[in-house]
Amino acid sequence: MTSLAWLVPAALTLGMMGLAAFLWALRSGQFDDLEGAKWRAISDDNDRIATKTDRSQTDDA
Amino acid sequence: MEAALDAGVAAQEPSAEARQTIVLSVPSIVCGNCIRSVENTLRALRGVEAARANLTTKRVSVVVDPSVNSAIDLTAALEHAGFPAAPLIENAETEQAARVSELIPRLGVAGFAAGNIMMLSVAVWSGEASDMDSSLMDLFHWVSALIALPAVAYAGQPFFKSALAALRSRRLNMDVPISLGVLLATGMSLFQTMRSSEQIYFDAATTLLFFLLIGRVLDERMRTKARGAAENLIGLRATNATLVAPDQTTKLVLASTLKPGMVIAVGAGERIAGDGEVISGQSDIDESLISGETRPRAISIGDSVYAGTINCGGSLRVRITAAEDNTLLSEIGRMMLNAEQSRGRYVRLADRASQIYAPAVHVLGLLTFIAWMAVGAPWDQSLTHAIAVLIITCPCALALAVPAVQVAAMSRLFSKGVIVKAPDGLERLAEIDCVVFDKTGTLTTGELRLETSDGVDEAALGRAGSIAGVSKHPFAQALAKAARAEGMQTRAVTGVEEVPGSGLVTTSMGFEEKVGSAAWAGVEDRNASIWYAAEGKPAVGFNFLDELRKDAAACVSELRHSGYRVSLLSGDRRAAVAQAAAACGIEEWTGEVRPDQKLQAIEALKARGCKTLMVGDGLNDAPALAAGHASLSPASAIDIAQTTADAVFQGDVLQPVIETLSVAKAARRLALQNFAIAILYNSIFVPLAMAGYVTPLIAALAMSGSSIMVTANALRLRSKALRLPNVGASA
Repeated sequence: MTSLAWLVPAALTLGMMGLAAFLWALRSGQFDDLEGAKWRAISDDNDRIATKTDRSQTDDA
Repeated sequence: MEAALDAGVAAQEPSAEARQTIVLSVPSIVCGNCIRSVENTLRALRGVEAARANLTTKRVSVVVDPSVNSAIDLTAALEHAGFPAAPLIENAETEQAARVSELIPRLGVAGFAAGNIMMLSVAVWSGEASDMDSSLMDLFHWVSALIALPAVAYAGQPFFKSALAALRSRRLNMDVPISLGVLLATGMSLFQTMRSSEQIYFDAATTLLFFLLIGRVLDERMRTKARGAAENLIGLRATNATLVAPDQTTKLVLASTLKPGMVIAVGAGERIAGDGEVISGQSDIDESLISGETRPRAISIGDSVYAGTINCGGSLRVRITAAEDNTLLSEIGRMMLNAEQSRGRYVRLADRASQIYAPAVHVLGLLTFIAWMAVGAPWDQSLTHAIAVLIITCPCALALAVPAVQVAAMSRLFSKGVIVKAPDGLERLAEIDCVVFDKTGTLTTGELRLETSDGVDEAALGRAGSIAGVSKHPFAQALAKAARAEGMQTRAVTGVEEVPGSGLVTTSMGFEEKVGSAAWAGVEDRNASIWYAAEGKPAVGFNFLDELRKDAAACVSELRHSGYRVSLLSGDRRAAVAQAAAACGIEEWTGEVRPDQKLQAIEALKARGCKTLMVGDGLNDAPALAAGHASLSPASAIDIAQTTADAVFQGDVLQPVIETLSVAKAARRLALQNFAIAILYNSIFVPLAMAGYVTPLIAALAMSGSSIMVTANALRLRSKALRLPNVGASA
């Protein structure tokens, strides 16, 4: 019976972690373009959003 | 994603307050390579900070420095790269995205709560049969309460808000019994947990919210998809205009930025961007979208022209005159506003059901409480039984019945190229018994075809086709196309001179040849559309017809066969309308009707008790589209017609009209079946609940069972073979 004292909280914590991961993924736009994601995975291009250094480099060139 | 993009850029450059995010609709993005070319094209432009294409919505968000770049430069660059693009009106889009992303986290939380509480509940239920310690059972109930209370408070909000809004306006909707059931079940369970009782319904409350939220999310998702697709269609039709500054320099601007007094240049083949007055040039104007008339109208200096019409001949300068209230558009807008009011009174099927259902449920719950009190049960036991009745009757199946069917129906139509935009559009389409078509662009393709029924002069056709090949005028193009279609060899002709508003002339064969209007060719006869006159020979006339859509006649006969009353209302000449009506087999037709007369005709049908479906594409159809019981528009329609119509169909056949009607009717039949399932389930479990036999376990099983049944029934619509049912056939 004492095992329940940590099993129940452990189960709930794991569940909460899953929920938190889902909410994070949703907020950060992971589900916004399900069609495009599969194509981007096989693209060789640098797919990051351009940073300041990238831009200054292109400006120089 | 836009927000993420914005945030990312802002984080990198805190000083960049001047950044602007522009969302472009680019319907031709279909694969990974398109994403790459679109993004690279945009990133190569000056002033573009970031570009991200979304393949699902076929849109691109671009972060730009507005001082360097604007939407018009971006669309021009994309068009050059082979991707026609149009900027979207942003606020509507972001507002929608916010609403969907509000429902999905709630769904996640409800799912988490339902799953975990069910895990604890199953332990309790199986513990009841074995030797579970009562203190352990209490612990499990308290843990359930700990999960359920915040989850219900957060995930239930859309239902509580909607129920509250309905009650404020003294109405009842489906959300009232849902909210009441969930709140009472949660509150009573908390009370029973404190008293260590066994009647705990936390699992029922959260599972209910989870199922209902799935329905809401699917519904909202389908609707967003449809609205997005419709916006993309319309976006592409928004025109750019060539603005002429007082110093004669020209600049490409968005049509929406035009103001009265500005002067625009309109080249041959271009759509005129605003209402205005011609200040120089002479041409023919194709006004079929405005008036339904297929023959171009000749205009010259001083004539007025309307937005959406196409300049067929020479280039024009137009001074924009459209001031606030007296444009053709605002006139039509006023008519539409009045016409739409009647449609606003339509009460949806689910709300109609809840108007009977909700009071019945509440009375049953109250009766159960009173009856148990009357036979001497303690008040808390009576209340528990009453709440069991509320939970059992909580319209899970009923609330899923309609949305599940609608989602299945809309996605089936979506795959066939029909975009249903109005939330209650399908329900209204299911009640149709009378179909009114517009002619030009709806029954017909809007393209011109040479009439060959009484034979053509082949030599003249070949020669005229060769000369016409150099012009952009629709009749000239149609003539050249017809010559090739008749198997004629067309040759490149040199030295052809085009006289705007009149026709073509050449002397390359050593004698004068003219192709053009009757007056140009020097004949009195006005029957033919275009003439060919060689010096010294009688002129030969060619007549053009606006060709019917391939399956127009078949569709009309199928509709009539199923008992629909079909009629034709057109702004075109009587003779042309009569011909089209005869070719399709429509007996009731009217020609030369103005927009307000179309509206009156629809109102007259309504007064006679007909539920009219208006199918039309032009500005002159817009008020009638708003007034009809339901309305459909082809994707080639003018944007105002597409916005007004309940659904938009793509492609060059009329079959989608029939498909839409049959799916709408099938959807209605399935929704009614689902109501029947829900009622059957209630008639079994409500007496049990009233008698006090329903335990939390039975409630959980019954509720999930009925929800799954109605959803499975709704999904049948996706694959079912359908044919158009007869009017008045029992649903």
